[in-house]
This record gives sequence, C-alpha cells and structure tokens, in this order.
Amino acid sequence: MKPDRNKFSIEEPLSLSLDRSRDDFQPLSSTSERKMHGRPRKAYKPEEEAASASKAAKLRSLQTQFMSIHHHKIYTKEAIDLSRKLLEINPEAYTAWNYRKLAVEDTLSREESNQDLVKSILDEELKVVESALRQNFKSYGAWHHRKWVLSKGHSSVGNELRLLDKFQSLDSRNFHAWNYRRFAVELTNRSKQDELKYTEDIISKDFSNYSAWHNRSVLLSSLLARKAEGFTPNEKIPEEYKLVHDAIFTDEDDQSGWFYHLWLLDQTVNVETPLLTSSWPSHGSCINLSGGDGCLNDSSSSKLTTFCSDLGSFPLILYFDQPVSGVSSSTVAVDSELRGNEDLVWEPVSNKNSRVSCVWVARLNYMSSEPCFPKEYKVKVRIGNSPGIVSSRGCNFSTPYEFVFTAHVHDTVREDSQEVIVSWTDGFDIWDAQSKDLNFLVNLDQQMGLKWRQEAIEEEIELFRALSDSKIGKLTLARLLMAKAMISENGVKGVHYEEILELYSDLMVLDSSHYRYYKDEHSVALLHKVTSSTESLSRYLFQYRDINNSICLRLNNLSLSRIASVEKLLFVQMLDLSHNELHSTEGLEAMQLISCLNLSHNRIRSFSALDSLRHLKQLRVLDVSHNNIGEHSVDTTRYLCSSPLSNSEWTEDEVGRQMTSLVTKYWDAYFVLRDLDLKQLDIAGNVIAGDEFSSFVPQVVPKLVWLDGQKLRS
Amino acid sequence: MKKKIASSIGLSAIDEEAVDERSLSTKPSKTGRLRSFSSIFFNPLQSRDSSSVFKADELFLFFLPAGGFAGNTGHDPHVLYTLSAVQILALFDKLDILDVGKVSSYVAGLQNEDGSFSGDMWGEVDTRFSYIAICCLSILKCLDKINVVKAVDYIVSCKNLDGGFGCTPGAESHAGQIFCCVGALAITGSLHHVDKDLLGWWLCERQVKSGGLNGRPEKLPDVCYSWWVLSSLIMIDRVHWIDKAKLVKFILDCQDLENGGISDRPDDAVDIFHTYFGVAGLSLLEYPGVKAIDPAYALPVDVINRILLTK
Repeated sequence: MKPDRNKFSIEEPLSLSLDRSRDDFQPLSSTSERKMHGRPRKAYKPEEEAASASKAAKLRSLQTQFMSIHHHKIYTKEAIDLSRKLLEINPEAYTAWNYRKLAVEDTLSREESNQDLVKSILDEELKVVESALRQNFKSYGAWHHRKWVLSKGHSSVGNELRLLDKFQSLDSRNFHAWNYRRFAVELTNRSKQDELKYTEDIISKDFSNYSAWHNRSVLLSSLLARKAEGFTPNEKIPEEYKLVHDAIFTDEDDQSGWFYHLWLLDQTVNVETPLLTSSWPSHGSCINLSGGDGCLNDSSSSKLTTFCSDLGSFPLILYFDQPVSGVSSSTVAVDSELRGNEDLVWEPVSNKNSRVSCVWVARLNYMSSEPCFPKEYKVKVRIGNSPGIVSSRGCNFSTPYEFVFTAHVHDTVREDSQEVIVSWTDGFDIWDAQSKDLNFLVNLDQQMGLKWRQEAIEEEIELFRALSDSKIGKLTLARLLMAKAMISENGVKGVHYEEILELYSDLMVLDSSHYRYYKDEHSVALLHKVTSSTESLSRYLFQYRDINNSICLRLNNLSLSRIASVEKLLFVQMLDLSHNELHSTEGLEAMQLISCLNLSHNRIRSFSALDSLRHLKQLRVLDVSHNNIGEHSVDTTRYLCSSPLSNSEWTEDEVGRQMTSLVTKYWDAYFVLRDLDLKQLDIAGNVIAGDEFSSFVPQVVPKLVWLDGQKLRS
Repeated sequence: MKKKIASSIGLSAIDEEAVDERSLSTKPSKTGRLRSFSSIFFNPLQSRDSSSVFKADELFLFFLPAGGFAGNTGHDPHVLYTLSAVQILALFDKLDILDVGKVSSYVAGLQNEDGSFSGDMWGEVDTRFSYIAICCLSILKCLDKINVVKAVDYIVSCKNLDGGFGCTPGAESHAGQIFCCVGALAITGSLHHVDKDLLGWWLCERQVKSGGLNGRPEKLPDVCYSWWVLSSLIMIDRVHWIDKAKLVKFILDCQDLENGGISDRPDDAVDIFHTYFGVAGLSLLEYPGVKAIDPAYALPVDVINRILLTK
C-alpha cells in the first residue's frame, strides 16, 4: 500500500520560509500550501512513517478536544490554551481562529471596563498570531486575525510596522506582509511620500523586488492623480525613468523593472483628456447616400464616399483615443436638415454590459417618406458641447470639437441584389485613387503640450538603442518607436516602421517562446505602416466590378495575425482579409460600414471569435471558409462572446425552443449568427461544416440566400 | 501517462449513481480548492473503509443551518467550502438536492456595501471571495440576489497598473488572484474591464526558460500556475502568446513515473492538488485524451454547458 503523503504534512519544520523565489499559491483553499510545495520526492522509511502517524494521532486528539469546547462555547483559560496549541501546529485551522474571536468577544462583553485586562487579552492574541506566522508566513487566517484584533483598538499600531520590517527583511516579496503594510500605513496615517521613500530604500537594496516596484506605482499614481506638491508628470516621470534604468541596465533579464518601464511609457504617451481620433463621415467630406442595396451607377461620385443601405440610415461614427462614456444627444449636438433625426440615440460599440467605448455610433435617417431628393444637406457635429464625455480614467473631454460634412441624398431604384453572389476570386481592378479621395486620412489636430513627452521618448530611444542586443532592449525600443510615431506631428510618421518591423522579426527568433506575441505586435506595426499615408493605403484599394465598382480594401496575404489601425479605416465597406493568420475579428466592430467581409483562409477557431461582427449592422456577405472552426476543444473567445455563459440576457426564439440540442451543440454559431443579417455565408473548409450544420444555419439566419455558393431559395 | 496519474488519483470511469471513493476523490481535486472535502478521503485523521460508497447526501454532514458549508464536520461555514459543495453537486448533476434558496442567501449575504465579499461572518475581504460568490451564484442561477454592478466595480478597483489584479485595492498582482478576478469578470460578462494586451503580456512573461509558469515576476515556476495563468490567458484570448509545447513538457516532467501523480516542480513529492492543476493544465493545452475543462468555472465544459446553455 502506498503511504498517504498527506500525513507527512504536519512534520514540516516549524521555521519561517526564507526561500523567497518560491511562490506558492492556493488562493481558494485555507490549508497550508507549504505542505504541498518544494518537498523532495522520496520514499519514506518505516520509522518516519511511524513518527508521522504518532503526530497525526496527537493532532487528531487535539482537534477532537477543540471541537468539543467550540461546540459547547467553553471559554475558560484551559480551553483557550487548547486552541492555541492547535493553531501552533496548524495555523490553517480556520475554525480555531473563529473560536478565539468568540472567546475575545465573550471576555470583552463582560470585562469591557477593565482596560488592563482587555489590553492583555488583545496582546495575547497578537502573540498567538506572531507564532502562527512563524509557522506559516502565508497563513491567510493568521493575518486576518491580526487585522481583526487591531480593529478592536487598544494596541499600538507603531509596533506593527516594526514587526513588519522584521518579517519583510526575511521575505521581501511576501504579498500578505505587503498587504498588511498598506493596512497598517492607512491606520497610522503615515504619508504616501514616506512610503514612497520606503520603496526606494527597498529597491536600492535590491532592484529585483517587484513587490516594491508595484507599491511604488500605486503610491506614485495616487500622488500624481491628486497633484500633490512636486508630483506633476513632466517633473516626476523623467525622474522615474532614471530609477528604472538602474534596474533594467544592471540585469536585463530581470523582469522587475520591465512592467514599471512600460507603465511610465504609458504615462508619457497618453494625455489624460480624451480626444477625438477620427470620425465617419470626416470633416469637410461629402458623402453620397442612396437607398436599396445596389449602389449608385453615377461614375462621377467618388466610390469611397458613396454609401447605400437597405436600412435607409447611415452611421455617424466617432472614434476616441481612449474608451469614454457619456456620449449622448446632450453632449454631442448634430445639426442638420435631414428629417427624423431629432432624438439621436448614441450607442457604444462594445459589449452589452459596457457603457464605455472608443467607438460611438448614432444612425441618421436619410430616407424619408416624402420623395424630395436628390438633395444636399449640411450636417454639423459638435462634440463636448456640454460636459459629460468622460474617459474610463475619469478625465473629461475638455476641448469642444466641431466638424461639418455634406450629404447628397440620391433617389435610386431599389433593386434586389440578392441575386448577386460576391466572388472574392476575381473582378478586382487596381483603383487609381486621387489624393483628394483620401484626404480624410489626415489626422485631427492633436492637443499641444507634448514637448516634455517627446523629449522623454527621444532620450529613452537613445538609451535603449545601446541595449538593443537583448530581448527587453529590442522590445522596449520597438515600443518607444511606436510611441514616437503616435505622438509625432504628421509627416514624420512612417519613418521608423521599417525599424520596428525588423525589431519584432528579430524578437521572434530571439525569444521564440513568445513568438506569437511578437507576431501580433508585428501585425499591428504593419497596419500602422499601411495606413500611415494616403500613398501607402491606396496601394491596397481596388475596384470590384461585380458590385458597381465598389472600393475594396484588400489586406490579404499579409500574414496578419491581428487587426489594428481601424480608426483610419472607418470608410471601408468591402474588406478582404483572406489568407492571413487571424484568429479573431476583435477590432472590426469599429468599421461600421462593412457590408462584405472575406476572412477565408485564416485561423478562426470558433464562431465566438466572430462576436465583434454582431456590431456590424450593414454586414451582408461573410466568408469564413477554410478556417479552423470546430477543430479545437478549447475556445479562447468563449467568454468574450456575449452568451448565457457570461450571463448576458437573451431572448429565446423559435429556433432556441425547438432545436435545443443543436443550439447547445452549436451555441456560439447560434448566438453570433442570429444577430447578423447575412445574405451570403461561406463556411466550407471548416471541421464544423457538414450536413447537420448546413441545415441548422438557414434556421438561424432566415434571410440567408447563399450558403457555400449554393442558392437556398429562389 | 494518463494511466500513471490514474493510479494515483483514480481517474477511473465515474458511475454517477454510485461513485466509489477513489473516483470521487478526484472530483474534489478537479476544482482545485476542495482541500477539506478531499481530506475526508485522504486525511489520515478520518478512518474510512475504502470500499464505502459515496452518496451525495453525505455532503450534508457539512451543511450548516446558516446555509453555508464547512470544510469538514464540526467546522464553521465558509464561502470557500460552499462553492466546493456546489461544484461537486454540479459535477454529479445533483444540484436538485440543495436548498438553493438557503445556500444562495448565505452567499449573497456575504456581500459588503462596497460590492466586495467576505469569506464568512468574520469579515475577511478578498477578491477570491468575489470570484467564489459569483461562480457559486451563477451555477445556482441566482446572480440576481447580489448587486453585480457593485461586485464588478470592486474587482475593477483591484486592477493594477501592470494590468493584473490583487486581493484588495492596491495589492500586488498575482496569477492566482488574476484568475479569480478575470474569472469573475468573465462570468458576469465584464471582460471589457480587462486590458487584455497589457495583462496578456504580463501573464505570458510568467513562462520561464524551463517552459513552466510562475505566479509573479522573478519567482520559480510551479505546476499550479498551469491552471491560474493558462485559464486567465484563455479567458482573455491571449494564450497563443506562450509556448504550449514547452509547458506540456514541463508538466509531464513533474510526473512521478513510478507511483503516479504530479508535483509542483520536477522531482518534488506529488500531491493531489498539483496533480489536478497538471491535468487541468494539460486539458487547457488540448493534450490528447484529456476532457475539456471550462476556464472560468473550473468544471468540465459539458457540465457547464448543460447547466447554463439551457433555460
């Protein structure tokens, strides 16, 4: 018979762990993790087993006695001593801590006026905790008991920081001790500046103390947020860069400073107040609107600015540089002669439970019942008209911004385009873009006051070029160059993209374990490059003959693994992303105008990965053929897709009621597809595709006309 | 390899009606936090006949009038063990024997004014308990008994500048705590509060040269993080940022090839918990032959789908 290993647990040496590199975590359990970690694998001798068995017997008898006094509510000195003995052996006996609290409360209720007695009782509790912590420094129960005792008052909190210094010098990364430190500091009203100094002392002794860096970031961000004296970003951030350099440059493999540096970079790049990054329609543009699915045949109007919708409305899209809340008809004023737009409803393009997003959309009606077009309408949009647009960090959109565009509404015959099947294989012509067609790509004015930020980034770039042999050196340099491109004036952009792409290519080789992280970053940089100028973007724009020469953005065969720069692509109605390495459509939700999307030959693993497409109200044609849908047992977008699994509300429809087992089997296809208004869908070349699924899809998408090239109805 | 583990924790076929002791013992471990329940079967302090048959009713030895469960007979109720009880019953499709109203009221009653949760009547507050309460109430379909918005706000207040989460506001990020917070946000459909790229980079950098994962920067790798880190990376769709093959190798290197089981690190003594975390990690890595596990509820995907995808 195998020895039961558990019984050896009580034989652990009763000493404080000094091995701070070990980091054990059993957060959902209240038993000691020490019994489970770092114990060498070996066969136990009979005498060891016998000794263990006798200790177990002793503990068992102690526990039985304890349960008896606990259940009989006996709070005599002997009884209380017994609980102490139990806790000394096993600080994880949570019921024994509860018992001691009851015992203290019992005495306090009888002897409240006897100050000396109360103090001696509470001091005794602190001693019990201290000896329990010597047994297990990571005992949740012991640390909580200490907090509970302190909450009763009567003891000197000054002692707590002294005790902590002792413990923290033994294990400087213990998160219980750091948590308790923050608690004790709060209690003593010790200043944040003093604590900041403490982290500096710890870091100067050992820069590899991530816990200290963490606490520093907490203290500093709080001091910066409340604008304490001497704590403005332009003074403080450059100083902090110097501090973190010491750590990174001493040992470039030590991660402790990495995340702090990234946080500083974030503080440098991001201006606090939210700004409008782009919009559709853009300022000064002139859009052509028509009804029906078929677009204008009028060749004089630019294809890029022609929009047709069977919904009779067009989306007005606002893209902010950070997630904001509070976009509404009171914070954004839209003045136009277009009728029926008095009460615009602004919706965040985000998860249902969120009222915060970078992208906000309102739909403007342009098809009224009166036949009064063609006509030209001016539309004026004022953002930040009244306060209320707030970033998720709590900063107000403070500089009101205004833009104007013109809408030409054309009278067109409604044609039934269901007959047309979109083929992505041919029919594309190179499109000779005029620079005026793409002038909306010019960025909106950025807020000034970037001087210290640009200087700080230049300095960092200088420094990290010297470290660019190492992983963190290359990665930081790539991030700094991206940051520089983001906050530079227009015109100098694009300069560094080649270098950034090369750095990420190097990293894929240098640190192959994180290959796909660098791959994703490489894709982001590539898309920034593609969209950085009108010249480069126009190389990817084509005319599609079969649908009235619509403009198609073809980003196919670029080995893209993720989507980025969508704020520059809000105008796109036909998008070809085929033959890439995408595994999710995250990001596409902002591109509200998309009606035809090709995602074939990518790495989509499930329908839940297409969740963002639910926001695309114009989407009619979707090609997800030749992906990996249905191939994997792990669904990485299971919880990013709004469904009953994430407790999102849903209304059961006829399909849900009648096809329960298929709905459970294809739940993600069901929840995603039923919100899409598709006419053409291609799913061939996926594991999921088959007779059963092919017969299920038309039930969920009743308007579907084409499935995998087959016409469903005439 | 599976056989070796099976010999240690009994991954034998499970008869839902009469589960023998050995196979039940894997069930508590499945959730990874059922130490005290599992101790009924493993703890030498409890002498039990190895041939005795488990009945779900036996869990009621730990059920207390307050509506919560204790870790063992005679102990006090705590939200930790209440979730464990609910998970075990969910696993065996026996939730119907619970007094759902009473259990959910006990859990909901632990929510504090600021949205946080206490572990029991003694007021220890920790985001672990937020996860436990939310997970438990979601399985029982009773999330409407708590203020979900406040619960989410509290978790978000524990978000750090490195993208991770700690046990209380201002507390250091820790992979285990990140699982709890990301899991609770996943279950409540609130993952939009997570900075997926920032947290994803922090989490993927937990992979060290040996292929194993640690729980915080500059710490040793440990098989248990195959669960905490991996499940979090999956929930935020960034699991492709680590080298899965290397992690599989690390977990397999932690097996005791002679006696079965998996340890925290190669050549350490095995235990039931690391065996669970190892097997669960292999499941998340799509290792052949291991059943799919849900990254948020820590229960098999088919169990969770059965409970939540039917009205």
